[in-house]
Amino acid sequence: MLRFTEEHEWLKQDGDEVVVGITQYATEQLGDLVFVELPEEGRTVAKGDEVVVIESVKAASDILAPLDGQITEVNSAIVANPAMVNEDPMENGWFFRMILADPTDLDGLMDEEGYRKFVES
Amino acid sequence: MAEQLAETPLHALHVGLGARMVPFAGYDMPVQYPSGILKEHLHTRAAAGLFDVSHMGQVELWPASGDVADVARALERLVPADILSLAPGRQRYSFFTDANGGILDDLMVTNGGDHLLLVVNAARKAHDLAHLQAGLDGVEVVPLERGLIALQGSTAEAALAELNSDVRGMRFMDVRALDLGGMPAVVSRSGYTGEDGFEISLAERDTADVAQRLLGFPGVLPVGLGARDSLRLEAGLCLWGHDIDETTTPVEAALEWAIPPARRSGGDRAGGFPGAEVILGQIASGAARRRVGLLPEGRAPMREGIELFAEAEGGASAGRVTSGGFGPSLDAPLAMGYVPMELAAPGTRLYGQLRGRMLPATVTKLPFVRPGYRRK
Repeated sequence: MLRFTEEHEWLKQDGDEVVVGITQYATEQLGDLVFVELPEEGRTVAKGDEVVVIESVKAASDILAPLDGQITEVNSAIVANPAMVNEDPMENGWFFRMILADPTDLDGLMDEEGYRKFVES
Repeated sequence: MAEQLAETPLHALHVGLGARMVPFAGYDMPVQYPSGILKEHLHTRAAAGLFDVSHMGQVELWPASGDVADVARALERLVPADILSLAPGRQRYSFFTDANGGILDDLMVTNGGDHLLLVVNAARKAHDLAHLQAGLDGVEVVPLERGLIALQGSTAEAALAELNSDVRGMRFMDVRALDLGGMPAVVSRSGYTGEDGFEISLAERDTADVAQRLLGFPGVLPVGLGARDSLRLEAGLCLWGHDIDETTTPVEAALEWAIPPARRSGGDRAGGFPGAEVILGQIASGAARRRVGLLPEGRAPMREGIELFAEAEGGASAGRVTSGGFGPSLDAPLAMGYVPMELAAPGTRLYGQLRGRMLPATVTKLPFVRPGYRRK
């Protein structure tokens, strides 16, 4: 099941963890990424913390922790090849995995239909 | 209230091509097309990119006397270039200076035979017109309402030659009035990318037609302002309002190459432009700081405003990045900035403060990429 934030992140539940990345819409708005900096594995984060820095040719942006929890794994492949995020944002271009402090927090986020309406509004 | 943005003659073409439009210098301009900044940038170097630069100011200067030398002499009171020796059909880079030796704008000057033609920055059009009107005696200052297209890249000549093969006979900084498939144009062999290429001035009504014909040739892609910026940065070219402005002198900006011997101390027409004492003094005894190229280590871009330091531990600021980003052809981050003379030698290791960390960057020679200008 996919969930979405207003910051254009997607979250996909996978066992005890969620996988986090940014949406196709976000990558289209950002343009070609040339730099990605990921958090340290094991870091405890609060919702809204700046956890990832991404830079396109034109500008830098921060990616915020979508919910409270702990980072368990990061996708170092996108550090070596930031273009992967543009090419495949929903699969190979994922950013990190995290364990949520409270898995029911997911229910507060948008579902696919809700996100589609959010982007169109 | 959103300000009313002006549109260039190519506005409908941009929208039709799916460009992302952004406000720039009062115009609604394409920052990129669907192919994206990276591809647009690399394509321009590998083949040819077509840029809408119609937002820039085109101004003719006509002599009341009928003698273009009188306009040249008048303009030399505002710029430190040698305009009097500029041959008909040739173009030269210069800048308007102020009394403190600062740079009010940079510009291209063409000798059109019986008049001069200037191209100035879009954001400085109104300023420059007022400056010219106040500063030139016996000269009619005529702002032009014309389109301007830049066709840049290694195959630009082949594409433009399809419309008029005479362009093959032009060399870097030549300017000619040419017929492009029935449409009268003023074509210069110059640009703002570090590549060979042309800038094509056209009547507004003909601009979209010529642009569309050029885009129809193989290898010509539309390129937006995003790649225009990364291309000029790799070429080490200054952007007014960022790398140069009223607070930087031409010597600090490493632009003294554009001040020829005739205008320097001991020359035939030494001085006589605003701030000459400061600028010629700096040519003689040096300036305290200098614009340099910087290659950050790693992959993180150092953008405009990043503070520079001589030591990893910080301490007193050693300057600031004035333009910076990612260079697609270099496949690495790159920047320009001002540093004290003692830190300006290529190879000097500096540190940029980025997100609270000190990241090393090495002073390097400009340009970052080898220019493709057709000098002969």
